[in-house]
Amino acid sequence: MTNSNIIEVEGLTKRYGRLTAVDGVSFSVRAGEIFGLIGPNGAGKTTSMECVEGIRKPDGGRVRVLGMDPYAQSATLRDRIGVQLQDAQLQKRIKVWEAVDLMASLYSKPVDTAALLEQLGLAGKLNDRFMNLSGGQKQRLFIALALINDPEVVFLDELTTGLDPQARRAIWELVEGIKQRGKTVFLTTHLMEEAERLCDRVAIIEHGNVIAADTPAALVREHCPEVSVSISCDDAFDADEIKRAIPNIEVEVERDKLMLKGVGEDFVTSVIRYLAQHDFHFRDLHTHRPNLEDVFLKFTGHTVRE
Amino acid sequence: MMNGLWKLTWVELKVFMREPMGSVFTFLMPAVLFVFVGRALRNASTEEFDMTDWVNTSLPVTLTILIAINGVTSLTTIISIYREGGILKRLKATPLRPHTILTAHVLVKLFITAVNMATLIFVGRSFLGVGVQGSLPSFLLAATISTVSILSLGFVIASFVPTARFAQLITGLCLYPLIGVSGLFTPVDSFPIGLKAIALVSPLTHAVSLTNGMWEGDSWANYVPELFALSVTFAICMALSSKMFRWE
Ligand SMILES: Nc1ncnc2c1ncn2[C@@H]1O[C@H](COP(=O)(O)OP(=O)(O)OP(=O)(O)O)[C@@H](O)[C@H]1O
Ligand SMILES: [Mg+2]
Repeated sequence: MTNSNIIEVEGLTKRYGRLTAVDGVSFSVRAGEIFGLIGPNGAGKTTSMECVEGIRKPDGGRVRVLGMDPYAQSATLRDRIGVQLQDAQLQKRIKVWEAVDLMASLYSKPVDTAALLEQLGLAGKLNDRFMNLSGGQKQRLFIALALINDPEVVFLDELTTGLDPQARRAIWELVEGIKQRGKTVFLTTHLMEEAERLCDRVAIIEHGNVIAADTPAALVREHCPEVSVSISCDDAFDADEIKRAIPNIEVEVERDKLMLKGVGEDFVTSVIRYLAQHDFHFRDLHTHRPNLEDVFLKFTGHTVRE
Repeated sequence: MMNGLWKLTWVELKVFMREPMGSVFTFLMPAVLFVFVGRALRNASTEEFDMTDWVNTSLPVTLTILIAINGVTSLTTIISIYREGGILKRLKATPLRPHTILTAHVLVKLFITAVNMATLIFVGRSFLGVGVQGSLPSFLLAATISTVSILSLGFVIASFVPTARFAQLITGLCLYPLIGVSGLFTPVDSFPIGLKAIALVSPLTHAVSLTNGMWEGDSWANYVPELFALSVTFAICMALSSKMFRWE
């Protein structure tokens, strides 16, 4: 581990009674990156994150954030980190501006709150009570509160859950903006698209264990390297011939549908070249490159939402 | 941090006032009770059964204690709602400390108590012709000391109760029996030894004695044991609550 690690977690364990929610998790988050923790419901994402934030006391292992023990030194650390919790609430009848003003007063170097609220699309909601905000507006308010102290590290637990696609995109841009300003972001998400788009590196966690951690692209390359080409055609097709022409190809024929699977950067090119050389007529052709979702599926045996 | 305390207190007061039924009830109830109960008891009084003295002294003292108990219930309910709803957990992630949060709520309660006491004294004088027999500042100081000490019981309960229902139940179970042995209705000296022991450690008993004395214009010098007991209760409860405080 190097000093450029903003967060270091080694053998983190957390139990709730007899349930071991986090079972020896290790990972590290580097300065200036966006790091994502992904995993199915109940995998231990929130628990791990809350231990790193210093709001939960780990039962075992070693956690360091900005070189500090987040639980023991939480008083010092809180001024330098920003936290958005998964199911947070505020006082029902507190107004948006009151919540923001109160939170800003608690930190040593608050940001320009008016600009922040403008950026999050809450400028027109300043006098609304918390209980009257929509789910997405509440979420955006919590993200605003997480950024209010101009934190060095931002923790976002399911930041876009419950947001419409437009708001989601706006939040993504905001998170990329946070990174561009040199901050480190640690997030959890259920959306593989979000993880792929935002995260420099991700860790997949299941049953309280990290089962893989790397850049999304490297995870895909290593664990799901197979590219597939599916072709709809009327022409007869000789599976053996294409197997001779392209080494290591897998062929599945299903009525008028043909599925070709293979590995490597130029697999698609070689298939297309073969089809052209053999003057093959097809109605439709799709290629599918695996993504993080496929890696996730392979590891956990089910999709995120199950 | 002081900045945070004042901001939080101000926000909590505004939030409390926005509760439509709660605030009207809280502000009017003691005064309304004072006038109606006072008049009813006076009209019912006969030669053999004269309630005039009780109306003139014990009724305002009783109401003072009830206002404090109402404050305890409200305190424990609000904090438990905050705990249940994850509001405390969100506050935990900020530089706010448990004591700042509890103190803000206590300041709100003290403000409400002050308004209640002012209306109580005003309606007592205007509609019943009942007023403080001694010095008003002394009585108000006694009421404040008593309220803070009784509220500190609320700190302890508020520190751990997981839900609002549980908060109301446990607050009622702890405080209502203590009203019974506080000396408001029966003199403490007439209790059997067991009840007397409970009465002597209960802050309500000392609060009743102190506010009663100051209402009647007695000297502070006669209430050193009460002041001592109320301070000890406060100190113990503060220490307990910071040990027991649960964020979720
Ligand atoms: N406060 C708690 N008390 C007891 N058990 C808990 C508590 N919080 C979480 N758990 C349990 O710990 C396990 C991990 O929960 P956690 O919230 O960390 O999962 P998660 O990965 O964040 O899930 P999700 O995607 O649903 O948010 C779950 O089995 C959950 O039931
Ligand atoms: Mg979670």
